[in-house]
Amino acid sequence: MSDLQSQDYIRRSASTMTPPSARSHEDEVAKLIDVSRCIGCKACQSACMEWNDLRQEVGHFEGSYQNPNDLSPSVWTLMKFAEYENEQGNLEWLIRKDGCMHCEDPGCLKACPAPGAIVQYANGIVDFISDKCIGCGYCVKGCPFDIPRISKTDHKSYKCTLCSDRVTVGLEPACVKACPTGAIMFGTKADMKHQAEERIVDLKSRGFDKAGLYDPAEVGGTHVMYVLHHADKPSLYSGLPDKPGISPMVEAWKGVMKPLALAGIALATVVGFFHYMIKGPNEVTEADEAEGERVLDETEKTP
Amino acid sequence: MALTRREFIKFTGLGLAASSLGMLGFGAAGEAQAAAVRPFKLTHATETRNTCTYCSVACGLLIYSMGDRAKNARSNIIHIEGDPDHPVNRGTLCPKGAALLDVVHAPTRLKAPRYRPPGGTDFKEVSWDFALDRIARLMKDDRDKNFIAKNVAGTTVNRWTSVGMLAASASSSETAYLTWKVVRSLGMVVFDNQARV
Repeated sequence: MSDLQSQDYIRRSASTMTPPSARSHEDEVAKLIDVSRCIGCKACQSACMEWNDLRQEVGHFEGSYQNPNDLSPSVWTLMKFAEYENEQGNLEWLIRKDGCMHCEDPGCLKACPAPGAIVQYANGIVDFISDKCIGCGYCVKGCPFDIPRISKTDHKSYKCTLCSDRVTVGLEPACVKACPTGAIMFGTKADMKHQAEERIVDLKSRGFDKAGLYDPAEVGGTHVMYVLHHADKPSLYSGLPDKPGISPMVEAWKGVMKPLALAGIALATVVGFFHYMIKGPNEVTEADEAEGERVLDETEKTP
Repeated sequence: MALTRREFIKFTGLGLAASSLGMLGFGAAGEAQAAAVRPFKLTHATETRNTCTYCSVACGLLIYSMGDRAKNARSNIIHIEGDPDHPVNRGTLCPKGAALLDVVHAPTRLKAPRYRPPGGTDFKEVSWDFALDRIARLMKDDRDKNFIAKNVAGTTVNRWTSVGMLAASASSSETAYLTWKVVRSLGMVVFDNQARV
């Protein structure tokens, strides 16, 4: 495992320069969340807040077991509770641990205008480098999963780091360690996919024909994957996107528009320069001077 | 300072040029790459094994405290997580266990015995000596009054049924053994050592 320095960057926000990624022999890590084994105890939430020294203010009951009600700068992971009545008319309680998916193709990083505020390491973790964050909120717009939240305290964006400080020293993330049912697993991406396959075979043998792995190709795969019993309908799980994608606005502005705008600015500069060389500066003529005097006189006369 | 319009525009332009150079990276030239990842906070913390205080499942804990127990350093618990070598939980914890740090540092945590005299309205902190003496006194009085040495048939039973005891739920076998011995030797029959099992 690496020690996650700049040498481990494979991508850096708002930088045209590709990081050198000097360390190329790193295993990609992944977190596998097996929704079918989750009992909704929220140990992951507790462990996350404890490890990251965050405490959310006590809120109000909103009619759901979901608590707190939403992600926030101090709630990086949240159990989302959905009640679903299946075709047989039975209630299924679908509980999903929500949080950053650590996309292979991160929308937040693409949208970010602050150089180096969002980075992606060779092991797959997408991390926010807070001291470079300018709090503009573009990452919120860029995220296909609606994860980052801007802090009202220091006006910076926060989300799950996949415990990069623990992974750096060879530990698993805090939520993974705490999970008492083994619904959250951590390892290399290859191992996690293998683990998921075994679980899916098991789920299918128990009548969940549509069981499958959620590792959406639309964002290049993710480093947080789900085993879902209804993999054909991810949106059942508190609005997990069926087809997650980076907003076309972000793609347009940060993709096509960026070189076009740069070319436009360069063109304006060049045209301005040549205009100055050929036509020279704008000079005040005698007639202009006289007209100016006349207007001035008139203004002074009127009370 | 008196500025003509032309001078004002010149200075503004100069300022703009300077800040543009800064933005191009000349200002930060040579600045070392700041450490990106939050430093691991347990590198030299003291690791202590213990058992979770909550339920009778008795999960193993690793308690991390700052300081290396040097003479001049005062320890303080900074983090608690599951003990991966403990056969009961193998590193996992429930939400309450995972939030134990806040139990340790809770402002409402009971740290000394408290006493509310009969008819009193408020609890006040008392010494352990006072508390233990008072408990012993009351136990002795009650036992003397309600002890049943023989049942109706005349068989020796040595029962003390008017007082019960709840002991710690997350006790080790040794603690449970000792508690059992003490309580049973008094003849107490109402007794629970594992609150939730």
